[in-house]
Amino acid sequence: MDTLRFITCGSVDDGKSTLIGRLLYETKLIFEDQLEALKADSKKFGTQGERLDFALLVDGLQAEREQGITIDVAYRFFATPRRRFIVADTPGHEQYTRNMATGASTAQAAVLLIDARKGVLVQTKRHSRIVSMFGIRHVVLVVNKMDLVNWSQLVFDEIELAYRRFAQDLGFETITAIPLSALEGHNIVYRENAAMPWYQGSSLLQWLETVPSEARQAAQPFAMPVQRVNRPNHGFRGFSGRIGSGSVKPGDSVRISPSGVASRVKEIVVGNGPTAEASAGQSVTLVLENEIDASRGDVIATASHPVESADQFEADLLWMSEHALLPGRPYAALIHSKSASISVTHIKHHLDINTGAHLAAKTLSLNEIATVNVSFDRSVPFAPYHENKRLGAFILIDKLTNETVGAGMIRFALRRAVNVHWQALEVTKVARAEIKHQRARCLWFTGLSGSGKSTIANLLEKRLHAAGKHTYILDGDNVRHGLNRDLGFTEADRVEKIRRVGEVAKLLVDAGLIVIVAFISPYRAERQLARDLFDPVEFIEVFVDTPLAECERRDVKGLYAKARRGELKNFTGIDSEYEPPLSPEIHLRTIEAEPEACVDQIVHLLRSYRWT
Amino acid sequence: MSDAIFSELESESIEIIREVAATAAKPVMLYSIGKDSSVMLRLAQKAFYPGAIPFPLMHIDTGWKFKEMIAFRDRTATEVGFKLITYTNQRGVAEGVGPITHGSAYHTDVMKTEALKQALDLHGFDVAFGGARRDEEKSRAKERIFSFRAPGHRWEPKAQRPELWNLYNTRINAGETIRVFPLSNWTEADVWAYIRQENIPIVQLYFAAKRPVVKRFGQWIMVDDNRLPLEPGERPKILMVRFRTLGCYPLTAAIESNATTLDEIVAETLGAITSERQGRIIDHDGAGSMERKKQEGYF
Repeated sequence: MDTLRFITCGSVDDGKSTLIGRLLYETKLIFEDQLEALKADSKKFGTQGERLDFALLVDGLQAEREQGITIDVAYRFFATPRRRFIVADTPGHEQYTRNMATGASTAQAAVLLIDARKGVLVQTKRHSRIVSMFGIRHVVLVVNKMDLVNWSQLVFDEIELAYRRFAQDLGFETITAIPLSALEGHNIVYRENAAMPWYQGSSLLQWLETVPSEARQAAQPFAMPVQRVNRPNHGFRGFSGRIGSGSVKPGDSVRISPSGVASRVKEIVVGNGPTAEASAGQSVTLVLENEIDASRGDVIATASHPVESADQFEADLLWMSEHALLPGRPYAALIHSKSASISVTHIKHHLDINTGAHLAAKTLSLNEIATVNVSFDRSVPFAPYHENKRLGAFILIDKLTNETVGAGMIRFALRRAVNVHWQALEVTKVARAEIKHQRARCLWFTGLSGSGKSTIANLLEKRLHAAGKHTYILDGDNVRHGLNRDLGFTEADRVEKIRRVGEVAKLLVDAGLIVIVAFISPYRAERQLARDLFDPVEFIEVFVDTPLAECERRDVKGLYAKARRGELKNFTGIDSEYEPPLSPEIHLRTIEAEPEACVDQIVHLLRSYRWT
Repeated sequence: MSDAIFSELESESIEIIREVAATAAKPVMLYSIGKDSSVMLRLAQKAFYPGAIPFPLMHIDTGWKFKEMIAFRDRTATEVGFKLITYTNQRGVAEGVGPITHGSAYHTDVMKTEALKQALDLHGFDVAFGGARRDEEKSRAKERIFSFRAPGHRWEPKAQRPELWNLYNTRINAGETIRVFPLSNWTEADVWAYIRQENIPIVQLYFAAKRPVVKRFGQWIMVDDNRLPLEPGERPKILMVRFRTLGCYPLTAAIESNATTLDEIVAETLGAITSERQGRIIDHDGAGSMERKKQEGYF
């Protein structure tokens, strides 16, 4: 007996929760005390008058019961003699799409509800696209509320035809349509001949019992991400993980990705003892024949089919945060067991989930879907999502709030990572700096407009120059007219600006220079992005800390006055936020010290820590 | 029940337990001595075999557990060889808080919910495993496997992190914690069948035996010792009873049963017409009472 995980989705009031309540009731999964509670609840919240409101069995949160809608995915369990089922009952509202995605990500089949009176709606199409994107290949179209259209075959046939026409490009292997009444219980467990003699297909439960549960993963070559290295003592060293695809036996030749090191399987431990074979879905611990180095996030695979590694991909992405996706901004990523930093380098197109149209986009908002290019900060073992979900799915996490903000699915690797090798040069960064009798550094000045960044940076450069150091200043004003000419002041453009300046600073540091960057750089995430470009000791963050009131009082360029009059939009400190550094290497308080004294402070620190 | 289901359920649970061990700074497994905890313990042993369980188990002792349960707990800790931490809310002890004198709701709040929060804070645990299952109760059915808690251990049911595939986001900021439920997708029947298959030791109270009981709130409450004051003239009856679930004595009711073997218990569970939480008095405090308790930090 196997387990089928399926998702139910549909629009508001299609009767989804009622249908699941019915399935539980009809398969005798409702206990007496739950039925008592249901009777009481039906009177209090019910929408079915004197009848039992089965939806109340599944809508579990108070807010859901009060509003009569499903907000979050609920998991339900039932079994027939043929199969065990896990149902993810998911919300239909667009604003809860991310909760629907949570349900879809682990489902093998989808039950799509349609109200017979309404037919295929925009929501039906949206849910179908999400179901398709998450790789679900078997769909049953449940045309519900047939009792309200006089059990009409014509109505049913038209809906089925319209849906098939719409779904032909979505890559479903099978689409089955079933006319049904959740309220009356028709065609749920048994086919109901009295009301709909014209329908000769299977009941919903029959479909659920026979639809293929994923067997494809097992037929593929063996691959297992290492979840944890198990080394309780010197005598034992095993690699624990859950097998992503294929099967493995002692003696099999394997190869580790990304290192490429080869070995053989010596022993497979399952639970509390060795086993002769293990296959996809099983949690195991592998002991290899020789002492090789592999760690969490590496993938052990059949030697003849090692898992590829790359750092840049084209991927489908669902955005799940109220804060927009900003291309260029680094997010934390998790792909199988591998943690990395990731950024979206390019939004190829944003999919209008309601119409299917491909649109241009600079950012992504909550519940939006796009095809994007992503760049990891290291090479990760992977497989395309449609071939292997376990090796092709990844999530994005906001580095500051730690919220899960994106769900990604790899389409393919962009060959750039393999083909364009970084030109390896004989003369190194250190050599270039040494000939100048210095250490190459990037001093990154951040602070409000008018805080004194440029003034102090200029004085500092003079002082360093006088001491025989080789320097260069990148100032907001001197790159605005060239390097960043095409960028404005939107949040997305500001991120791109910092990325470009960071990359230029990196090249100059590589050339052995002491680079002084003077940029407002208001967001912590982007300063982190810049910092991550450098070796740890190379990057020195200098916080030019001048209170907003003081900057506004000075207003050297008259910009604050303009911003206050509403003539300048997105002005940092006025209508755009400045996030002060939490732990800068150097903190200058300009209210307490003159510019020259600030430079003294910097030079003193650079010397005492031997930073330059 | 065939091995295939267990392989899948077991593998998923083991993956979850290992993920915590691989990513958490200071995890702990909540151990309530019941059947679900017993299954969770076995899964943890398997997850790290041949190594030992790399985190401690913690029991929140309300002072109102059956005597037999405490003895079982201490014996199991020695036999399995895990590190056991116990904690009791001393403020509650000082105030003499108990279910009979203070009512079930207040007792549970002080001796379980508050005690758990105190214990987690005291030891600085960032991740705590619990044995809850989604089939137990409606608000549990909505909870993630990795359930994020804001500072103060609050659960925000409307702002749960999306949980996609088997990619569990374990990143937290200071003061935040995660509750992890490895048995989320198990049903009561699965738990019993697994106990039978794996021959997992459980407290004898789960098996039917002749025990002294009195009728309270329309249910059979066992007279474990003199912590349960009898009504004037009340005489305990001796009945064949067992427990489907073991919580705080006397907040957990017994059911009449002749099931003295695991086979009989499994058969009885599959044919049961009431849910197991029916024997839990605290769930009857009002609609949505579990959701409210969970928001406040209850497991």
